[in-house]
Amino acid sequence: MFARLSNWLLDEAPSSRRQANWANRYRIWLALKHNPLGMMGLVIVLLFVFMAVAAPLLATHNPAAQNLDLRLAPPSAEYWLGTDELGRDIYSRIIYGSRVTLGMVVSVVIIVAPIGLAIGAIAGFFGGIVDKALMRITDVFLAFPRLILALAFVAALTPGIESAILAIALTAWPPYARLARADTLTVRNSDFIAAYRLTGGSNWRIVFRHIAPLCMPNMIVRVTLDMSSIIITAASLGFLGMGAQPPSPEWGAMIATAKRFIFDQWWVAAAPGAAIFIVSLAFNFLGDALHDVLDPKGD
Amino acid sequence: MLVNIENLRIGFPTRTGGLSEAVKGVSLHLGQEKLGIVGESGSGKSLTARALLKLLPPQAQVTADAISFDGIDILAASERGMRQIRGKRAGFILQDPKYSLNPVKTIGSQVAESWRFHKGGSRHEAREAAIDLLDKVQIRNPREVSKSYPHEVSGGMGQRVMIAMMLAPDPELLIADEPTSALDATVQAEIMRLIDELVSERGMGLILISHDLPLVSHFCDRVAVMYAGHIVEELQASELAHAKHPYTRGLLNCMPSLIHPRDELPVLKRDPEWLKS
Amino acid sequence: MRGFLKGFSGTLGSVLVTLFGLTVVTFLIGRVMPVDPVIAAVGDNAPQSVVEQTRIAMGLDKPLPVQFADYLWQLLHGNLGMSILTKNPVTHDIAHYFPATFELATYALILSMLIGVPLGVWAAVRQGTVTDQVIRIVCFAGHSIPVFLLALISLIVFYKALGIAPGPGRQGIIYDGMVPVQTGLLTIDSLLAGDTGAFWDAVAHLTQPVCILAYFSMAYVARMTRAFMIDALKGEFVITARAKGLPLRSVIWAHAFPTVAVQLVTVLALTYAGLLEGAVVTETVFAWPGLGQYLTTALLNADMNPVVGATLLIGVIYVGLNLLADLLYRLLDPRVR
Repeated sequence: MFARLSNWLLDEAPSSRRQANWANRYRIWLALKHNPLGMMGLVIVLLFVFMAVAAPLLATHNPAAQNLDLRLAPPSAEYWLGTDELGRDIYSRIIYGSRVTLGMVVSVVIIVAPIGLAIGAIAGFFGGIVDKALMRITDVFLAFPRLILALAFVAALTPGIESAILAIALTAWPPYARLARADTLTVRNSDFIAAYRLTGGSNWRIVFRHIAPLCMPNMIVRVTLDMSSIIITAASLGFLGMGAQPPSPEWGAMIATAKRFIFDQWWVAAAPGAAIFIVSLAFNFLGDALHDVLDPKGD
Repeated sequence: MLVNIENLRIGFPTRTGGLSEAVKGVSLHLGQEKLGIVGESGSGKSLTARALLKLLPPQAQVTADAISFDGIDILAASERGMRQIRGKRAGFILQDPKYSLNPVKTIGSQVAESWRFHKGGSRHEAREAAIDLLDKVQIRNPREVSKSYPHEVSGGMGQRVMIAMMLAPDPELLIADEPTSALDATVQAEIMRLIDELVSERGMGLILISHDLPLVSHFCDRVAVMYAGHIVEELQASELAHAKHPYTRGLLNCMPSLIHPRDELPVLKRDPEWLKS
Repeated sequence: MRGFLKGFSGTLGSVLVTLFGLTVVTFLIGRVMPVDPVIAAVGDNAPQSVVEQTRIAMGLDKPLPVQFADYLWQLLHGNLGMSILTKNPVTHDIAHYFPATFELATYALILSMLIGVPLGVWAAVRQGTVTDQVIRIVCFAGHSIPVFLLALISLIVFYKALGIAPGPGRQGIIYDGMVPVQTGLLTIDSLLAGDTGAFWDAVAHLTQPVCILAYFSMAYVARMTRAFMIDALKGEFVITARAKGLPLRSVIWAHAFPTVAVQLVTVLALTYAGLLEGAVVTETVFAWPGLGQYLTTALLNADMNPVVGATLLIGVIYVGLNLLADLLYRLLDPRVR
C-alpha cells in the first residue's frame, strides 16, 4: 500500500495534474527529510503551534492567577519554571504567551502577504509609471529599519497588540512586493501568458489567476524566513513597552518586567527569552531548508 | 612519456545516492606531440583533461590505475605538489575568456601574476615580462592592453591574453579546452594558428579538446574520439579517412564538403552498442 | 565617465523622491497621534482660550497640506520642532545624543566586518562541511536571538557573575563630565584630551554593547558574504587561477574575493542601518545615553517631535548610506565604471 503510494508519487510520467502536484510536494518532503536542521525547525514549529492551540490543556495554572505569597519563586515541582513578581506561574504564562505570539505573527502575515503580492504583481505586470510609482513607495518604507518605523507608528496609534500588528505589517510588506515584482517580471513575457492574452483574458485575470500563483513558492520561503524577524520585532516592541501590554503574557513584555530584578531572579526572564530564541531559530532553520529545497539553484 | 592515463573513471554522486559515471575507463598516452580529443558535449573529454591537473570539483570521484605527468603520480600528489605542475609545467586554456579571466583585475596584472609566481622577480620585472608576453601573442600596443580590464577587450584578444598567461612560466604541456568555441569563426583560425606556432616553436606537448573534428585533425598529430565516457577510436590524424568506428565515420559524414557536395547531410544514427566496450 | 554620471544622476533623482516620501511618512506619523499635541504642550488644565491660541501658534488649525508645506519649510531650515520633555529644540537634542549612538554603531560595524567577512568566506570555501554547518548555526543564532535578550544575558554573566565588565552607562562615575566634548565620541575626545584613564574607561564601557551589536550584524554579514563567495567560487576564473598554480589562499583572497568586495559595500550600508535599529534596543538595556534612549523616552511620553525627528534622521542616514554604496559601487567596479 505504502510502496504503491510512493511509486504513484514518484512516477516519472504523471498521468494527471493532481498526481504531478502531489508528486512535487512529496519530492519537497523527501528533500526536507534529508535536512536535519530543517526537520528540527519543522518539529519545533509544529510543537509551537500545538502549544498555542492546546494551551488550556498544557497549562498547569491559570496564567493570570496571582499568588503574592509565592512571588519570584525559583523553579519547583509545583511551579515548573518558577513564578513572576506577582506570583503567577511562568510555565503557564509561556504556554499562553505562545498564543499571543502566534496570533501576532499570523495576523501580520495575513495582512502583509496578499498586499505585497498584489502590489508586486501589479507593478511588475503593468510596468511603466505604475511600476515606478509603486516601487518608489516601496523604497520609502524600506528606508526605515523595521523596528524604528514600527515604534513610530505604534507611538502614533496607541501602544497595544493591535497597533503592534498594524505597525509591523506596515513595515513588513515592502520586501514581499519586491519579491513578487521580480517573479512577475520573469514570467510576464513568457509564452503561456501571451497565449492566455490571445484567448482574450483580461489583464486583472492574468495577474491574479496566473501570475500571482507562480509567485507563491518564493513567497512561502520568504514568509518562513520572515517569521523570526516578525517574532523578534514583536518581542522588541513588547520589551520597549510599545507592544502587548501587561498583564498579557507576551514573551517580550514578560522580559521587560523581569528586567527589574534580572540580577537576582534571572530565571523569570530566562524562560520567555529561551522561548523567543527557540521559536525564531526554528523558523530560521525551516525557512533556510525550504529555500534550499524549493530553489535548487543554490546547491 | 609526458602524460600517462590508465583506466580513468570519473563519477558524480546523484541525488538518490548512486554514482553517475561520466568517464568510464579512459586510457591516454602523450609524448611531445599534439593530441586531439574529440567528442560531443557530455562525452567526458573536458573532465579527462581536468582530472590530469586535479581541477575537478570536490564532489567528483576519480579512480584510475595510473595518472602520471612526467613520471609524477598525480593521483597521490598533494595540493602543494600539484602547484608545481599546474601553470609551471602544464598550462590550461579555458573556453571563454569572458568568464575565464578575472573581471576585476587588469589584464597586465593577471599575466604578470602568472609569471612572477613561478619565476620570481620584482613587480616591475613581472609587469615588463607581461607586456613582452602580450606582444608575443601578437597583441598590438601591449602596454595599453595590459592596463585594460577583460570586459574591455574582444573575445579573440581575451583568448590571446589567456594564452600569454599560460605560457608565462614556460610549461612543457599545454591543455586547451575548446579554446576557440566561444569565438567568432573568423578569429578561430587565427587563435588556433597562434597556439600551433607557439607550441611548435617551444617544443611543447599539446592536448587540444574540441567537438570540431576537422579542426583537430588539421592541427594535431593524433586524434582520440570520445563517446559517452569511452575512447571509441584513436588514430593518426592523417589516417582519419580510414576511421573504422561508426561514430567517427558518422561525424565525418556529417561535414559538408566542397569536393563532394550533397543535397542533404545525413543525421548521425546512434547505436546503443557503442555504449558497451 | 558620462555613463557614470548619467547612471548616478538617475540614482540621485530616485533618492530625492525617496527623501520626499520619507518626509510625507514622518509628517503623517506626527499627525495621527492619539494625544492632542496642543494639550501635550500646554497641559490638561489650561483654559480653552490658551489651548486655541497655542493651536493657532503651532499652526495646527490650518489644512493638512498647508501644515505639510510648513513642516517641509521648517525641515529645510533644519528645524525639527521642540521637545516637550527636554524643552530643547529636537535638532539640539539629536546633536547631543547622536554621537553616542554613532560611536556604538560604528565600532560594531567595524568589528562585525572584521569577523563576519572572513567567516563567510571560510564557510563558502568549506561549503557543505561541518565547518559550514557550524558557522551557519552560529549565524542563525545571531538572527534568532533578540538583541535585548543578549544584552541582558551579557550583563548577568560579565557584569554580575564574573564582574569583569563595567555596568550600564557610557563611562564610569569618576570620569563623568571630565572629558571636554569635541567630537562627542568619548574614545576620540579622551585621547584628544590626553586622558588615557578616561579612554580605557570608555573602551571598557563600549566593549559589551559593541560586541552584542556586532554579533547581531555579523550574522547578516557572514551569511551574505558566504552567498556571494559561493557564486564567485563557481566562476571559471577561479579554475584559471588554480590552473596557474596559485595556492588556495591567493585563489580565494586575490581572485574570488575582489569580485565580491564591491557587493559587500552595499551589505555594509544595510548593516549600518540594521545596527542603528539594534542600537535603539541595546541602549535601553545599557542605559546608553544615545539616540535610541532619546527615542524610546520620547515614545513612552508621547513626545512626538523627537520621535518624528529621530525616525526621519535614521531614514535619511539609511538613504544616504545607500547612495554612498551606489557611488562606491560605480567607482570601484571596473565592469560598470
